Amino acid sequence: MSTPVVQINNLAVTFDTDAGPVRAVRGVSLQVESGQVLAVVGESGSGKTVTARSILGLLPQTARTTGAVLLSRPDGTGTHDVTMLRGSALREVRGRDAAMVFQEPTSVLNPVYPVGWQIAEGLRAHGGLSRAQARERAIDVLQRVGIPDPEHRVDHYPHQFSGGQKQRIVIAQALALNPGLIIADEPTTALDVTVQAEILDLLRRLPAEFGTAVVLITHNMGVVADLADRVAVMLDGEIVEQADARTLFASPQHEYTRALLAAVPRVGGARLRTAAATEETPEADEPAVAADTAPVVVARDLRIVYPGRLRSPGFTAVDGVDLQIRPGEVVGLVGESGSGKTTIGRAIAGLTAVSEGSLEVLGMEMNGVRERRFRPLRKRIGFVFQDPATSFNPLLTIAQCVAEPLVVHGVASSPQAARAKVDELLEAVQLPRAFGDRFPHELSGGQRQRASLARALALDPELLIADEPTSALDVSVQARVLDLFARLQAELGFACLFISHDLAVVDLLADRIVVLHRGKVVEEGTGDQVLGAPEHPYTQRLLASLPVPDPVEQAERRRQWEELREA
Amino acid sequence: MTTTVIPERAPLYKRLPVVHQLRSSVGLQRGMLVAGLVLVAIFLLTAAFAPLLAPYGFGQLRADGELFGSQQRPSSDHLLGTTVGGFDVLSRVIWGSRTALTTIVLAVALSIVVGIVLGLLSGYFGGWLDRVLVVIADAIYAFPSLLLAILAAIVISNGQASKWGGIWATAISITVVFVPQYFRVIRAEAVRIKAEAFVESARVVGAGHVRIMTRHVLRNSTRTLPLIVTLNAGEAILTLAGLGFLGFGISPTQAGDWGYDLNKALGDVTSGIWWTSIPPGLAIVLTVLGVSLVGESLNDLADPRLRTRRRAAALAGTVGTTTAVPGGVLAAGAEGVAGVDLLEGADATPLAGPTPEDDAGSRAANGDDA
Amino acid sequence: MTSITTAEPTDLVPGAATPTPGRRRAGGGLGRYLLVRFLLIFPTILILVTTVFVMMRATGDPITAAQGGRLTPEQLAERIHAAGYDRPILVQYLDYLGSILRGDFGTTISDNRPVTEVLTTYGAATLELAFYALVVAFLVGIPLGRIAAARRDRGIDATFRVSAVLVYATPVFFAGMLLKLVFSVWLDWLPVAGRATTGTEIELQRNGAGTGIYLIDAISTGDPAAIQDVLEHAILPAIALGLLTAGVFLRLVRTNVIGTLATGYVEAARSRGVSERRLLRKHAWRPALVPIITVIGLQIALLLAGAVLTETTFEWKGLGFQLVQYLQARDYVAVQGMVALLAVIVALTNFVVDVIAALVDPRIRY
Repeated sequence: MSTPVVQINNLAVTFDTDAGPVRAVRGVSLQVESGQVLAVVGESGSGKTVTARSILGLLPQTARTTGAVLLSRPDGTGTHDVTMLRGSALREVRGRDAAMVFQEPTSVLNPVYPVGWQIAEGLRAHGGLSRAQARERAIDVLQRVGIPDPEHRVDHYPHQFSGGQKQRIVIAQALALNPGLIIADEPTTALDVTVQAEILDLLRRLPAEFGTAVVLITHNMGVVADLADRVAVMLDGEIVEQADARTLFASPQHEYTRALLAAVPRVGGARLRTAAATEETPEADEPAVAADTAPVVVARDLRIVYPGRLRSPGFTAVDGVDLQIRPGEVVGLVGESGSGKTTIGRAIAGLTAVSEGSLEVLGMEMNGVRERRFRPLRKRIGFVFQDPATSFNPLLTIAQCVAEPLVVHGVASSPQAARAKVDELLEAVQLPRAFGDRFPHELSGGQRQRASLARALALDPELLIADEPTSALDVSVQARVLDLFARLQAELGFACLFISHDLAVVDLLADRIVVLHRGKVVEEGTGDQVLGAPEHPYTQRLLASLPVPDPVEQAERRRQWEELREA
Repeated sequence: MTTTVIPERAPLYKRLPVVHQLRSSVGLQRGMLVAGLVLVAIFLLTAAFAPLLAPYGFGQLRADGELFGSQQRPSSDHLLGTTVGGFDVLSRVIWGSRTALTTIVLAVALSIVVGIVLGLLSGYFGGWLDRVLVVIADAIYAFPSLLLAILAAIVISNGQASKWGGIWATAISITVVFVPQYFRVIRAEAVRIKAEAFVESARVVGAGHVRIMTRHVLRNSTRTLPLIVTLNAGEAILTLAGLGFLGFGISPTQAGDWGYDLNKALGDVTSGIWWTSIPPGLAIVLTVLGVSLVGESLNDLADPRLRTRRRAAALAGTVGTTTAVPGGVLAAGAEGVAGVDLLEGADATPLAGPTPEDDAGSRAANGDDA
Repeated sequence: MTSITTAEPTDLVPGAATPTPGRRRAGGGLGRYLLVRFLLIFPTILILVTTVFVMMRATGDPITAAQGGRLTPEQLAERIHAAGYDRPILVQYLDYLGSILRGDFGTTISDNRPVTEVLTTYGAATLELAFYALVVAFLVGIPLGRIAAARRDRGIDATFRVSAVLVYATPVFFAGMLLKLVFSVWLDWLPVAGRATTGTEIELQRNGAGTGIYLIDAISTGDPAAIQDVLEHAILPAIALGLLTAGVFLRLVRTNVIGTLATGYVEAARSRGVSERRLLRKHAWRPALVPIITVIGLQIALLLAGAVLTETTFEWKGLGFQLVQYLQARDYVAVQGMVALLAVIVALTNFVVDVIAALVDPRIRY
């Protein structure tokens, strides 16, 4: 084989921080052959992004690098050690030898310049092209990444494109210079799953159609299975395992890889709650899904409209939804962004007003309800928020935060008086009592989300609303939180609305799954019904778009997806 | 779950505002902060010990039955000479620091109280009251503050200037000018914090408005106040001086007033008499410089984009213990493994423009449980 | 909403982004924005004018304030009645608003001139000074701010920043006095005060274009000596007021450019090999411009307040100088009229500045 496109030898990167030096990457060696897709996987803090950025010398000034990053010119005329390059020599390499695709397309496109101009910037930086030629090339590359009507849209500004199109433009920027290597850093993490499938499809065609190698940075094992030829698994700044994709998924060698793969939830995989329920063996007094008792939540033709400003039309987030949650039942609400799933959860919790239709929560009609009348009911409802970093008042200790519901509803006179109960709750969510005296930022994301669960369960609610409770967490942390969640649900028997964008996570927990699309319910049923044999085309598309963490199975999935797309 | 490394907490004095910033600053930022603190300290000491430091009284015209004389050059009797009115320049400069300090304290305290109450209510409840207050605050904010202060001074003192009358008039005039600024800041913070998950979670829990406002919103929205206070203290001195210069000062028999002295020195400049204008002018400059340097460095240190980070020693050792600051005081933002977080989070600061709502909310820096 | 709301529901919709709550700019675009912004002028003016009225009238009537000591109580009452100050305050207020709508800002007590005439007589001088100051501020503040941002935390940045703080800390009248002391008295290079020597002023009145802006008038006379005289008088006031504003601009530009230099799109452009120079001059500059322009608009207020002080220091006979004269004469009708008039000017200027900012920002333009 020819020389590798990039070869990283014993790379180490150390950051200087307020807390002292942090070794983000310690002795990483990698190489990528031309036309190959190498996936670097790991959880947050594993050093995968830092490794990728060092290929282009894009590290902040506080970083110190040792080792070598040998990057070849696409025409094969030479190789540079990027760590040694400075100034204009480094600039020449950037974009020409390797180019980067970033995570958030919205933030990497300059809002005040047309997209064509931004593509042309890269071309003109490397010289030799007139303004007209650069524009020509920009149109050409936009066409090739699938932007319709590129001659016209080349002059549009980023805010005039949808999220998926923006990511296509970012990819077009990277491709414009025909680099030998594309470094894609979490290229689909910010996107919805159906959009992700489109972008993955585009990325998959790169090696064949553009002759570029790809370094893919991701935490998503499904994406890896979909795209990668080779996989490197990173943990704490080191590569713990490196193999070709099929081998790695079939027989992971390292303990961490095995744990990581086991932690990824799969559609149709083992369900947590049935497992938990059988452990408990609920007999007579556990009416898990009793059809005869009154439901805790009933929505009939529910509509929620966000008012527009200055007489512009409002935005209908929820458009005629019927929904029921019975005592002790876990209902999974799935949908992409803008589907209205969060709005429904907020309406049930009395955070968003109901516009039309009826929503009954614990027997109270929420349409036009006054906060004062609803307040007594609040002690019977728990809520777990998505982002554990912001759902705690940063100035209060964990114990004070968890005690809040107890104090507000008069169960305890002060946070100190509630301490015994708080300790009990912390233990129930498997946090040491001592954590009660810490401040929220002193806990990790997973720990905070457990404390959040403790707060939500403080008053032993009948209904728990969990809004994307694990989407901000790493996969292994997510697995543990979900596990805890299932166990507590089995123990306490609360009804639950579990909101998520992740089909697999919902499938793990829910008795019933409700699929939302643009404010409407498109499909509803048990996990086996909805995910096993989806009837609605949207559900089918959603399911086919979800990459599964197994290259062989994913190849089959992809074929189905392509068929669906053709249809 | 296994054991977690419990972050060590620094001793209390290290977590106090300013002290914490001083410790975390480096290089130029530290230099600016230290210089500012020194100047402020000199100002405070001068104000405190004015009776001991000043050779004469602020309104004294004669010593031992003899008049000082008008526009006397600096001499051993009068280290900085005398003014056109026959006062000792040095003494008036020293006494002037008292007037300045009193005015700043009054003005800042008044405007903070009014600004916080209005901003909190307006931002938290929203609605038509909020809209009206915002339009009013914006209108006043865009208006030349000095003119507004002049009007206020006319209203309050009607041109008469006894010592406390003059100080109160000036302080209230400055308050009128500052209230919109505090209002805007606190309101913006209240609006932002109101949308944060922890406030929503308090609502879900069933906490009442008063509890949410005091326990959750207020305490979190006042974090930037030390910063604005320092920046505004400088502006207060400048406004005081401006009013004095335009003839709304405090008469020399009542207190020392730098602005008034500069007003009287305007004519002296033309005849080349420098000692009546430069000392009070420098006093203003150094005082404002001091508070501004402190404010500017606090601003830098609070803003992760503007903050300089310490470059570590060449040898990469083990990861040190993270010194945690509860509430972060001013140093909000991603602490800990900051460099790495910044890269992994990849959540760029949104463009400061007309769409501040675009901020999708920072992605959580999620650490491992183990 | 949730963390993934940044993406639109589907990739298939071309054109306008699907609305999400909180971020929406439905229909109309620029036209709508401009209309709303234009309509906002009126409440702003109303508020300012009302504030001025309430404050001035809180002290009592202006006639007593101006001539209280000099007239007998009977004369005073007669004068007050004649001017209508004994009517109910609400009637006076509505009357006042009505006359402002007609463009009548009152008549001064001390020299019995309509306030609008005072504006036309002295406005040109203030306009000229403000223009010079803005030229200095733009020429100094913006380039230095960009350099400071590019060379962040280096020596040159430190120097500029400390200078900017120093300039801010120096009251504009003290700066003016220092400049006078050094350049006019000690070095004797430049005139001490005024807008021109008496001879030149007479010449301008006779032969000039009559705009009241001395530089234009002097150029129209075609007399090089007159031009030189006018410019020599302008240098010190322009520097005093201009440097103050330049310091503000420098800090503003520096902070905003540092902010945009740290954004994802600048990083992305850097990753494609765009030079640092071009990153600074194009990629980081344009997006930083929108907030910069907005804040510069707010500095008009600062400039006007500075002009009052600068004009007093240099006896530059403009609106500010005149205002102080009326203040000293306790002619509060004049003060009220002039301040109200300035309020209108400020509101209009801010509108124009916001329109410019909107034109720079494509997200508003389309």
